[in-house]
Formats: sequence, C-alpha cells, structure tokens
Amino acid sequence: MGRQMDIRRSCALLIGVLLMTTGAALSAAARAAEVNVVDAGGRTVSIADASRILTIGGDVTEIVYALGAGDRVVGVDTTSQYPPQALKEKKSVGYMRALSSEGVISVGATLVLASERAGPPEVIKTLKTTSTPFVEIADDNSPEGIARKIRLIAAAIGSERVGEDLARKVTARFAGLAELRARIKSPLRALFVLGVQNGRVLAGGRNTSADAILQLAGASNVANAANGFRPLTDEAIVELAPDVIVAMQRTGSSSDAHDLSQLFDLKGVQATPAGRNRRIVAMDGLYLLGFGPRAPDAARDLMVELYPELLSKVGSPAR
Amino acid sequence: MTTAADMPAERLEAGHPIGAGRLIACAAAALSIAAFLTLSIGATGVSLTSLPRVLWALTTADATIATAREQLVLIDIRLPRLLLGMFVGAALAVSGAMMQGMFRNPLADPGLIGVSSGAALAAIATIALGNGLAAPWMRSLGSYALPVSAFAGGMATTMILTAAVRRHGSTSLATLLLAGIALAALNMALIGLVAYASDDRELRDLTLWMLGSLSGASWPKVFAAIPFALLLAIAMPRLVRGLNGLILGEAEAFHLGIDVERTKRLIVLVASAAVGAAVAVAGIVGFVGIVVPHLVRLTAGPDHRVVLPASALLGAILVLVADTLARMLVRPAELPLGVVMALIGAPIFLHMVVKRRMAG
Repeated sequence: MGRQMDIRRSCALLIGVLLMTTGAALSAAARAAEVNVVDAGGRTVSIADASRILTIGGDVTEIVYALGAGDRVVGVDTTSQYPPQALKEKKSVGYMRALSSEGVISVGATLVLASERAGPPEVIKTLKTTSTPFVEIADDNSPEGIARKIRLIAAAIGSERVGEDLARKVTARFAGLAELRARIKSPLRALFVLGVQNGRVLAGGRNTSADAILQLAGASNVANAANGFRPLTDEAIVELAPDVIVAMQRTGSSSDAHDLSQLFDLKGVQATPAGRNRRIVAMDGLYLLGFGPRAPDAARDLMVELYPELLSKVGSPAR
Repeated sequence: MTTAADMPAERLEAGHPIGAGRLIACAAAALSIAAFLTLSIGATGVSLTSLPRVLWALTTADATIATAREQLVLIDIRLPRLLLGMFVGAALAVSGAMMQGMFRNPLADPGLIGVSSGAALAAIATIALGNGLAAPWMRSLGSYALPVSAFAGGMATTMILTAAVRRHGSTSLATLLLAGIALAALNMALIGLVAYASDDRELRDLTLWMLGSLSGASWPKVFAAIPFALLLAIAMPRLVRGLNGLILGEAEAFHLGIDVERTKRLIVLVASAAVGAAVAVAGIVGFVGIVVPHLVRLTAGPDHRVVLPASALLGAILVLVADTLARMLVRPAELPLGVVMALIGAPIFLHMVVKRRMAG
C-alpha cells in the first residue's frame, strides 16, 4: 500500500513537473515572439503580433510588400501608390498628413508602421498612446537610410532574414551604381520637369526627390539654386541651358504624350542644348521618385538613359 | 399647423414664423441630439452603450484592453472633438451675428474685416517656416505653436485695424469696413507669398489647414478654448442692448443712452478673440458666421436677445453635423470640415436669399 501510494505520488509529481516545464517553455516561446525595436523617434516599441499591419507612407508600404508581407497589410494611406494593388485592395486611411485618430484605430491593425512625415502631430500623439504598437520610420532617402528603413521594418514584422537579404541587395546595387558613376567623365546638366501647365515648367530644385535621383544617376541638377519644386520662366530655362530634360511620365495617363511634346513647343526649351538635340528622358514618376527598395534600379535605369556609352563599356546591366 | 403658403403676410414681414422662446428651446433640444449622435457615431463602431463600462473602468482604474480602446475613442478622441466643435460653431456664429449687427450689413462676417485672414496668415507662416526661421518657436511650443500663432495673428490684425481707423476717439463704421477689407486683401497677398515660397509638403499642409478640420482635437486644446468660451458667454448679454440700439443707427443708439464707442470696441475685441481662437483650433471654417445668424433672423426676428443665443446653439449644431459627415463619409479617412461646411452652407444660404427676395 505504502509503496503504491509512493509511486502514485511520484507519478503525479512527475506529471506536474512536466506540465510546469512545458508551460514555462510555451510562455517563453510566446515571449520570444514579442520583438522589441527602437524606432526613428527613439522609442522602444514591443510588438507581439504582426499579423495585421497598417502602413503609412509610400516607401513604408513598398518595403513591406517587397519583404513579402503584402498579405498581412490591412490598410495603407493614399501616398502608397506602389505596388498598385495596395491602394486598390486595402482600406485607405486617407492622405498621410491628414490622418484621423479614430479612422486609424478602426482599421483594427495589430501593428502600425508610419513614416516620420505622417501627421497631424496631435493625431500621431494620440495613436502612440494606444495599445497598438506604433513604429515611426525615418524619412531618409540616402542609400544607407533606405537600408536602415528596410532593416527596421523587417525587424518589426518579424522577417529579419528576408530583410537582411533585401537590405544587402539594395546596398550592393547602390555600390554598383557608385562605381558606374565614378566612370562618368563629364556630368550632364539635367533639368527635372515634374510637369507642364499653361506653358509653365514645374522644375525640381534643391531638397527634392528629383534632385536626389539626378545626383544618384550622375547628373548635375541645373535648377538646384531653387528650393523645392518651382515654376520656371522661359528665360530662366534658357539661362540654365540643360543638356537633357528628365520628365515624369504618369502611369496609365494618355495625355502624357501630348504633355511631353508640348515641352519642345516652349520657346525657352527650344533655345537650350536639350531642346536643340531633342534630348528628353521620360520615366515613370512613381518608379523614379519613390525611394523604396527600387531606388538603385531606378537611378541605374536613368543613368543608362543619360549615358548610353557607359552601357557599352560595362555590358548589359545585371537585372 | 399653418404652412408658409397660407401664413398671413404680416407675419412673414415681421419675420416671426415661430416664437423666440420656442426657437431657442428647439435649438437646445436639437443640439443635445446632435451632441449625442456625435458621441455615438464614429469609424470604430464604438457606441454610447459602452459608456457606462468606460466610466466604471475610469473610476475603478482597472481597464481591460477592450475597455481601454473604448475609453480612448470616447473620452480622448470623440469628447474633445465634440466640445471643440460646439465651441467653434458657437464662436463663429455669434461673432458673425455681432459683426452684422454692428455694421448693419447682412454680409458682414469676421472674415470681412481681416480677423480670419490674419489668423490664417500667422498659422500658415508658422507651418511654412516651421523648419527654418520659426524652428525655435515651434520647438518651444510644440503642437501649440499653430493655435498660439493663429490667435496672435487674429488679434494683431484687429489691433492694427482699430488703431488705423480711430480718429479723435471715434470710429467710423464705413472706414472700419473698408480698412478691414484692405487688411484682409493684404493678408491674403502675404499668404500667397508664403505659399509660393514653401515646398511641396508645406504647401500640402497649408492647403489642408485652409480647408479646416477638427481632427487635431485634444483635451489641452479644449482647456485652451475655455477662457474664450467664458469671455463670449459673459460678453453676450452685455452687448444685447448696444446691438439692439445700433439696429436703429448710431445717432439713434446714442440718443437711447448707449455708449456707442465702447460697444463697438467691445464687439470688435470679443469677436476677434473668439474667431482667433476658433481658427486656431479648427483652421478656416467658413459659412457658419454668415448662414446661422441669417437663419435665426429670418425665423425669429432681429432682436439680439434671441439672435445671439440662438446663433450660438445653431452654429454648434451645424458644425457638429458637418463634422460628423466629414468623419463618416470616407471613413477610415476623413474629409476637411470646411469643405463639408461649404457644401451644406452654400445651398442653405442660396435658398434663404432666394426665398427672402420672393417674400420681400
């Protein structure tokens, strides 16, 4: 009798210990699933569940999709133009600088990834007080900045390995781009034209994404005396004398062909080297100015258009 | 019940389709319904039925995640928005009523004498210079930089205006109106200059701000608005006699024993403080100041004992309704309040003007 009791007791003890250890192991696993990231605002955010993601900012959305987490996205903002299905399939919380607190909450995301540019500030403040983790992503279009954005987003959504691969790939492409750029002997003087309206040219000046992509592609921006996107007079265009005009082509808009030919009708443009040689490079605006993971490819494509002779020396681009 | 068609002509002429007391009672009832709806409608689907639970969690200080979310939506998002919406509507409508009474001009509006544009100019300069010249100012005030500068801009314009038109201690209303229009034009030109000099993102912010919105409503803003709401509530009954006297004309008001100069000064001060605060909270929201007092005068006559409080109530209702539409029509995003307000206000105004021409 006594021994039987002992056996039963030790069995019960064993089972109890087993249960406790598995329980502890399970809860440890649950804790391990919770990740901590330090966001662009310096806040440490712990994320337990990244199954329903709200992305705010075109670059943020593009990176999440590039990491293969597009199916986990439940909502985006109106600047999330690439990939095109993002805005078509997901809920839109509106323009990223005019968010509504309740609107953002109503999407029911378990993780919010928002560009630093998102606003208004009061709404962002309220959203940071909710129990849903809110990760701010830096607004940095430098090659290192894009890699940092990719790593932070990958850590937040628990796809670190894919993120590391993508960040390395982007960094390597930027490095390849820098090598190519070093071979350019005399940089072209380029004018970036965002659009033409009523015969007035809207050009990309200093501190614009247009200026950044021109620099990456190894061209010098003739309009960099102006800050931001600025309308230019005919006279100013003659004075700037660009060798080439880089223009934006909107995807799926039929009026563009007309828009671009209109450029050469302008007296000011006709008098420039670009106008005389009819040198115009038209590229998809979202691709060119998106500054997501595709930025090095966009810069390289632009570079190849600008300096076709580089291509013959290097061989076909590895794409 | 009589319809408008078989109503005696003299009643239409007198402009009292319904009694003053009944109008105020109806407006108060409608405001409480509008407030109730504003609190219970929203993108998240949190309704007022969760309010008892939220209040219980607030008092016992133990909240589950679900009640924390409901608490956030009801107490920290919708309630301050409701209170600020009522303040903005009441402030704009009462200021409009006062201006129209003072100028004896149905078109007078705080926007007309440059108060709104002065506030807008200061706010827009703050947005555009936020990363440059005004950066230290922005840093020290944080999210209050915008409201504080909007208010200061509105007050500064008013002070310049009153200083410019005062001569030998008296203010000519015609001069005040013309000088106000000139100042408003100057402010608009300066706004254009700032807009031209700002970059893409700032331009987008400026445009959105000019369209008005209550989406930045928060408790600190509610507390900041309270002194202005009190000022309005205290000044309103004190201005009734003066405004009623001014209906007859300045000389007649003077003969009735009204201190006309003091009344005019007080009206300009109170209206610009109220409008400056409203613009600071919500950006530019048009039409309230002009539609609401007209609606009240058409239904209850020109007596300011009725016009001022009824305008406050109706203005609050109009803003709450417009804001609820702004929040709900494109949820989870939202429309600018100023746009919704103009879409509602302009047809109402047009209808009123046409009806009045036919009646008169």
